[in-house]
Amino acid sequence: MIERRDFLKGCLACGVTAASIGVASNDALAAGSFEGYPDAMGVLVDLTRCVGCRSCEAACNNEQKLPEPDLRFDDTSVFEEKRRTTDKAYTVVNKYQVANKETLFRKIQCNHCTEPACLSSCFVNAYTKTKEGAVIYKASVCVGCRNCMIACPFNIPAYSYSSPLKPLVKKCIFCYDTRLKEGRPPACVEICPQQVMTFGRRADLVKLGHDRIQANPAKYVDKLYGEKAVGGTSWMYLSSVDFGQVGMDAHIQNEPIIANVKDFLGFVPMVLAIWPALFTGIHLLATKNKDGHHDHEGGDHQ
Amino acid sequence: MKLFMARNPNTEIVDSLRKDNDRGRRWTLMEKIFLGLTPKQYMSQAISNPLNWVFAIIFLIGFPVLIGRYIFGLSWVVGDPYDNAWGLFLGFGLFGMVPLSSSGFQLGSAVEVFGRHDLEPLERLGILNGILGYFFAVMFLMVDLGQPWRLPYPMIVSWGPEAVLFLVAWHVATYLSVQAAETSTSFFEWMGWPAGKTFIKKMALGLAVSGIILSTLHQGALGALSCYAPGKIHPLWYSASFQWLYFFVSSLPGGLCMVIVVSTIVIKTMDWRCDDNYKNNLNKLQITLARGACYGLLTYFVIRLIGVAHDNKWAYLATGWGAWWLFEIGFGVILALILLTTGVRNNNITLIRLGAWVTIIGVVLNRLNVYMFTFNWQNGHVHVPPLKEIIITATVYSVYIVTYRAILYRWPILFQWKTKYSDYGVLEPQPAEQKKSH
Repeated sequence: MIERRDFLKGCLACGVTAASIGVASNDALAAGSFEGYPDAMGVLVDLTRCVGCRSCEAACNNEQKLPEPDLRFDDTSVFEEKRRTTDKAYTVVNKYQVANKETLFRKIQCNHCTEPACLSSCFVNAYTKTKEGAVIYKASVCVGCRNCMIACPFNIPAYSYSSPLKPLVKKCIFCYDTRLKEGRPPACVEICPQQVMTFGRRADLVKLGHDRIQANPAKYVDKLYGEKAVGGTSWMYLSSVDFGQVGMDAHIQNEPIIANVKDFLGFVPMVLAIWPALFTGIHLLATKNKDGHHDHEGGDHQ
Repeated sequence: MKLFMARNPNTEIVDSLRKDNDRGRRWTLMEKIFLGLTPKQYMSQAISNPLNWVFAIIFLIGFPVLIGRYIFGLSWVVGDPYDNAWGLFLGFGLFGMVPLSSSGFQLGSAVEVFGRHDLEPLERLGILNGILGYFFAVMFLMVDLGQPWRLPYPMIVSWGPEAVLFLVAWHVATYLSVQAAETSTSFFEWMGWPAGKTFIKKMALGLAVSGIILSTLHQGALGALSCYAPGKIHPLWYSASFQWLYFFVSSLPGGLCMVIVVSTIVIKTMDWRCDDNYKNNLNKLQITLARGACYGLLTYFVIRLIGVAHDNKWAYLATGWGAWWLFEIGFGVILALILLTTGVRNNNITLIRLGAWVTIIGVVLNRLNVYMFTFNWQNGHVHVPPLKEIIITATVYSVYIVTYRAILYRWPILFQWKTKYSDYGVLEPQPAEQKKSH
């Protein structure tokens, strides 16, 4: 039978363990729904205007001092396959042949979510959503678990796998360091000859997007992609065809990604609080008046 | 060693602090490390074991590749898997090994919390299986992480407490310490440090309960991690409400069956190391564990079905992925269940051992399906890990087996350490104290 002193020690051991892990859940519980910073900036992308010149790719490459690409930026053979962002290209333009309609181009880059999945899945808090609206990355703490790449609903973050000593997550940061911080639009927006992208306060862009749809309902599908997707994104899209036809996830959830794990995280403090007493209690019930305890050791002192 | 013992049946193997002959002097540490053999004898038994030659070949190929991973970078091994950021190292090494290591908390709590002392001959094996599985999951992590030297960052440098992975990191670290404490009793016996063992024994209940808490949460958390990627994992393998339950519940039969499998391998390949207590109880205990595994598997089967029904995903069963899902469930759950239940019912130990193999393969297949094969299924291609990734995985797993075997050869896991009062004058019990000595 258990000694009372041992029992208390046991409880203490559990308590210390519980306390050391309890920190894991506090913030998760406190996180409510976040509407976004009031003055967060955004970009409205009008897919109907893009002609696939790829000057945004070139501007990004130059601004972010990325390595020279294998093919020149005016080479249109890249459109033969669907590309994604990599550690050497933070934005890419893809071509979509839509049935019965003209060809559409779509620029891909980080959408700068209001409640980013990369941020909420990161166990060293390497990501920050700035008040200007950018989702930036702190390279100095990144361990390289790549959970952000798993979590991003748009498959944006890439990783410099080829670096043996300092591999890092590479993604669009809204030109935060060089431009956004000073209130200037990102390089890709500024260079665009077609004015595909409109830079402004996100709140204003939501209105602008809906105004454009209303002014020309025959041209646009009645949806502002990014207004609600995964809790809202800073980059939003207008299109003349269903978003699924230009390679976007048309069935994306409206709740932020962190909502999917909140139930589980809420369960954590309950387990920490209830299990010690529950199982120590079961122990007392299961072993009362039973003296079946044998030591693993054999020999003459048993 | 099995061959060696067959040829030299009278060799004295270390199983207590003192030699039987030579006027009962203490074994030296070197003698203990060589199992009581001379170095020459030890080498000859090692060379005569064909398995060691297999390991030698694996290591000859594998270690250069492993070193290459750190010199030339991850891409040299895994390529640039932007869309499948987690491959074999985590899919198998972390998500596959951790559920098979749930044996530590299950046997620990069965004995210490629920008072099932009849399971004691397998308790230490279960706990050792637990700690080694977790330890090598961390080793796989050290291969996979971009900057493995930053592994302690989530503990000391920068906290991301709202992340599920933060919880996993803390739990695995804490649980490794708990299991290290639980395993240390056999180490203390082997070293002849009774005070350490007495100290740990006093905490046994607390450690076992901590084990239950930590295991419930992190086994579930490994499933909850996939809730970050709802659109990427195939709907048949994903359930927003039950994902953490899938992982937790399947880890229970996974861990129990891993103990059945390991204890079977042990009795077939190193019976010289098992004492009568282990040998005589093994079949009976394997049936007990198999019975537990049946309940776990049945529950798991039901909740997997409920998951499909809950979100009305039946239509997916008619697709190619549906066939693959039916295979995973039909093989890893239903076939396993048939083998185990028939085995338990008819006391057929062969069926039980076969069923245990099927179960652990099924659990690992499920983890690979969630994090590797079905991941980004909408992109239309299945991620197949490159050759170098497979080589490194086989190498790390071989180190795991070698370590496992080295410990089983030496520490009193499969046999009881023969302690004599004369070993420790200080421990000579007074009659009144004897009852308390546990």
